Amino acid sequence: MSSKYLIFLGCAVPYRVSSYEISARKVLTKLGVELVEMPEFNCCGLPLDPVSHETMLILAARNLALAEQTGLNILTLCPGCAGTLKKVNKTLKEDEALREQINGHLAESGLEFKGTVEVKHILQVLMEDVGLEKIKTAVVNPLTMLKVAEHVGCHLLRPKEYIGFDDPEDPQTLKTLIEATGATCLDYINETECCGAPSVGVSDQVALQLARDKLNNVKMVEAQALITICPFCHIMFDTNELRIERMFNEVYGIPVLHYPQLLGLAMGMTPEELAFKDLRVDTSKILKLVFEDTK
Amino acid sequence: MMETANQKEPNREPIKASEIDPKFKYEISRMHGGEKLLRCFQCGTCTSDCPVARFSDTYRPRTIIRMVQLGLKERVLNSDTLWLCAACFTCTDRCPQGVEVASVIRVLRNLAAEKGIVPQVFKDQAACILESGYAYKIPDLRIKKRETQGLPPLPKGNPESVCRSLKGVKFLENKEKEGEQSEQ
Repeated sequence: MSSKYLIFLGCAVPYRVSSYEISARKVLTKLGVELVEMPEFNCCGLPLDPVSHETMLILAARNLALAEQTGLNILTLCPGCAGTLKKVNKTLKEDEALREQINGHLAESGLEFKGTVEVKHILQVLMEDVGLEKIKTAVVNPLTMLKVAEHVGCHLLRPKEYIGFDDPEDPQTLKTLIEATGATCLDYINETECCGAPSVGVSDQVALQLARDKLNNVKMVEAQALITICPFCHIMFDTNELRIERMFNEVYGIPVLHYPQLLGLAMGMTPEELAFKDLRVDTSKILKLVFEDTK
Repeated sequence: MMETANQKEPNREPIKASEIDPKFKYEISRMHGGEKLLRCFQCGTCTSDCPVARFSDTYRPRTIIRMVQLGLKERVLNSDTLWLCAACFTCTDRCPQGVEVASVIRVLRNLAAEKGIVPQVFKDQAACILESGYAYKIPDLRIKKRETQGLPPLPKGNPESVCRSLKGVKFLENKEKEGEQSEQ
């Protein structure tokens, strides 16, 4: 079964994390998911929710209304965008008064929210549309030599009432998808805890301490890599790993891969194709393991 | 360079009857996200499960909720710690009383923002969104580089249309006024 989605990039991915976009597009296309570009979009709204809930609602509703014009469902790479668009989609469908108020704003730019599209994060599309069987069939280079840990990130899971995806206390989707590549996915302490990213800018120290705590727990189980599916979590663990090491006098050396990079390796793609060179933490150790074992 | 937490201790002076706003808790519970505030019986699940509270000496979601229930409007809206919440929603999911703790905090932040209390990071992002449609200023170099990376062009933002949709939003109008004042 082929599926077709409008890809919603959000701001963080094109701004700082192109390796995620490059690898995600390659993997999705190879698995038969057709991606259509949005003619126009704006920030999902999440960054301004703390200061103006109304602004967030309008920005999110604009994106949904723009997507509705194409008739296609949305696929996002960022759980923050997914969570925001899902929540607003649900809220505006259920609350008529609020919908009218927001539509009054959208009318100023000739748009209307109708509630006719669905929003899915890439993880959901992989699990629900592509399916585990097809993914397993696409794995030509099983990564049985790797032991990794996962970090789903908050906004794909919580608040449960609005998101309704997986079990926020003990999520299984990413683990199952990691194991489909042949790699072992290790359990560790406080797996579902926040990476700290939303506190950056308000208190970098608190934010980095949260990330450090997670890296300590990942190190404790001797994971060879940490797998993320969020641009912000990835920045916290990969971009900031060296900074955290220096700041707190720690040594990690834990490579942080986007899930599509891991899956891509298992599907026989090269590290170059999957933009491994854009990762900050050195990945040569695990790549050596992967390519020596398969030769 | 390390930014220090530098959060002011919450005001722990004895409470004066004159500073209590007895209707504040109702004001909050009428707002979207604050509806279940009155159900809080101070069990402390939110604080004990809060990842930020473990690394901050001052941020305590339970305390914030109690301050609202007591009507300490000015103290809570002026508190620096209000801005430390990472919005991970662990408190909301685990509250045995169904209080949407993180959303109550968001409601409070929104009120503080209307009064002009806004950390710089949010001002910067708001300015970017009004100028470009995106939350960050994506450098031209990055946008051009997409072609060599085999990526399709970045869809264009439409800031004019975004600004039209946002007309009449209180927070942004306050921001504009503030901008005009500083220019004068």
